Amino acid sequence: MSTLKKLLTASAVSASLAIGLSAVVQAQSLGTPINESQLQGFDLIAQPNGSGYPAGGGTAMQGKAIFEIRCVACHGMTGEGTSANTRLVGGDMQSEERPIRTVGSYWPHASTLFDYVQRAMPADAPKSLSSDEVYQVIAYVLHLNGIIENSLVLNKETLMQVEMPNKDGFIDSSQAL
Amino acid sequence: MTKQDLEIVAANGLINRRHLLGLGLAGMGTLASTSLLGADAGLNLEIPGWSKQPGANASGYGSRSRFTDDMQRMSGNPNPLYPGGGASRSPLHQLQGSITPNSLHFERHHAGIPDIDPAQHKLVIHGLVRQPLVFSYEDLLRYPMVSKIYFLECSGNSGSLFGPNPADGSAQSLHGLVSGAEWTGIPLSTLLDEAGVDPDARWINAVGADAASMGRSIPLNRAMDDVMLALFQNGEPVRPGQGYPMRLFVPGCEGNISVKWLTQIKLTREPTHFRDETSKYTDTRLDRKSQQFTFPMGTKSVITAPSGQMKLERQGIYQVTGIAWSGRGSIRRVEVSADGGRTWADAMIDSHQSEKALARFTIPWQWSGGDAVLQSRATDSQGNVQPTRTSLVTEKGNISTYHFHGIQSWAVNTAGDVANVYA
Repeated sequence: MSTLKKLLTASAVSASLAIGLSAVVQAQSLGTPINESQLQGFDLIAQPNGSGYPAGGGTAMQGKAIFEIRCVACHGMTGEGTSANTRLVGGDMQSEERPIRTVGSYWPHASTLFDYVQRAMPADAPKSLSSDEVYQVIAYVLHLNGIIENSLVLNKETLMQVEMPNKDGFIDSSQAL
Repeated sequence: MTKQDLEIVAANGLINRRHLLGLGLAGMGTLASTSLLGADAGLNLEIPGWSKQPGANASGYGSRSRFTDDMQRMSGNPNPLYPGGGASRSPLHQLQGSITPNSLHFERHHAGIPDIDPAQHKLVIHGLVRQPLVFSYEDLLRYPMVSKIYFLECSGNSGSLFGPNPADGSAQSLHGLVSGAEWTGIPLSTLLDEAGVDPDARWINAVGADAASMGRSIPLNRAMDDVMLALFQNGEPVRPGQGYPMRLFVPGCEGNISVKWLTQIKLTREPTHFRDETSKYTDTRLDRKSQQFTFPMGTKSVITAPSGQMKLERQGIYQVTGIAWSGRGSIRRVEVSADGGRTWADAMIDSHQSEKALARFTIPWQWSGGDAVLQSRATDSQGNVQPTRTSLVTEKGNISTYHFHGIQSWAVNTAGDVANVYA
C-alpha cells in the first residue's frame, strides 16, 4: 500500500472512530494514467538491448555531409576535436601514456552514441536532427574510428550488432557500498 | 595548567577546542596574542550616522547588505561552442555554518538553465510499471513531503588535486562544487508505488527537461531508499539553477545523478548507459578498467579558513574552521594538524551531525609567525577515514579525476600567505 493510501486510510479510520461516520475516503493516485503509445515523441531513451530506437537509417557516407556542417565547429573535420572533451576519434586504453578516451577507445556501447546525439547534439541546436540524420552522423563517427564500413546502413537492427573496442572495459559498481 | 592557560594540543599552535568559548576572557596567559591584551587608547566610540535617521522600509523580497556584495559564486567564461555548459562554485571561504544560501549554492549545467513554466511541466513515470502515470506540478504539491538536510557535491569537485602539481587556488576554486541545504519533497518510493513497480524492474532512468535532456540510470533498490523528488530548497521552491520546478535528489551521491528539471522516470531491466554514465562520470583505474555507477561521495573535509590565497595579517589567535561530509553516514570526528600531518588535535564539531550532511568544525590556533601546514581529516559514522592525497592518488591513479576526497594541505609562510600545497 502506498504512503498516500495509508495516510488516506488512516485518516479515514480515525475520522470515523472519532465522530462515528462510516464513510471512507476512496484512495486514488493523484497522477493521471497514460499509455506508452502517448509517449512516443517524448521518450528518447535508447538502450543497448535495442529498445527505444526509431525507424530510419543511413550510412557514414551520408553522415559525412551532415557532420561537416553541424559538428565540425567543436569536433573538427575528422573528429579530432577542438579540446580533450570534444575529441571523438583515436586513443588507446592500453597505451603506455595516460590513455586518450574517445568514442572509439572508451565508449562501451554504440547505443550511447545514438541516445546522446538524439537528445543533446548538436550543442547549439539539440534535437534538430531527424532520426535518419542521427543514424547517419553516428555511422560517420563510428566509421572515422574504423569500427564500421563506410557503406553499412546503420539502423535499429545493425546498430545493435556494432561491437565497441572497449565493450569489456567497464565494471558495474552500482551496488558498492 | 591554570584555567587561564590555553592548552596546546598539537604542534605548531593548535589549542584545545574547549577554549573555543573562553577566548573572550581576560588574562589568557602566556600564549594570548597581543591583540587581545589591554585597551586601545586611540579608540573613541560615537553614535554612528545610521543610528540617527530612520532606515529603509521592509521589502517584498529581501536582499543582502551591500557590504557583502563581494560574496559571489565563481564560474568560468562562457564557452560559445558549449552554450550553457559549465559550473559555478560556492564561496566556501566566506561562508559559515552548514547550510549554503540558495543564491550561493554551487551549480553545474550541461546545456544551460531552462525557463520552465510549472503549469506546462510534466513528470512521467512509465516503463516496467502496472500503470504509467503523468503528474503535474499541482498534483505533486498535494502529496505529503519530508524535509532533510543534505550535502550535494559534484563528482568533479577538487579534481585538480589529482594533477601532478598543486594549482594556485582557493577553497572556492578548488573545492567549491559542494554545498549544503534543506531539501523538501516527496519520497520517490511514494510515486513509484502509485505506478506499481513491475517485479522485473531493476533500474530507474531519470531524464531532465533541459536542452541536453540529461539522463542517469539509478538502481531501483537505491531509488526506493532515501531518494526524493525535491520541490523545495531551504524552504523556497527549488531555484531554476537547481532544477525548478523539481529535481531528483539522491542523498550522499555524486551530484550529477540528482537529475534537475526532472521530467521522466522510466523503469527498465537494464541501465541505459547514458553519455554521463559511460563517457563521463566513470573512473578509469590504473589497470585501465573503468568503474561505472560509482555513486557515493567519499569521507571528506576541507579547511575553509584560513585557506588558499588568504593572507594572515598578524600573529595571534585564529579560528581554523571548515566543513566535513560523507556520502556513507554522518561525520563523527574531524582532526586538524598545523604541522603537515605529523601531530593532530580534535576539532569541535559545532553543527548538527546528521547523515549525508555538511558538518562545521572549528579549532583555535595560535599562529606565531612561522611556517605551518594546515590539514583536516574527517572520520565518518561507518569508520571511514579521509585518506591523504598521496594514498588516494597512489590507489586510484589520475586517469580519471572524479571523486577526489583526499586531505587538503594549506601552507602558511612567514609572510602569512596561505597556499595550496601537496604535503
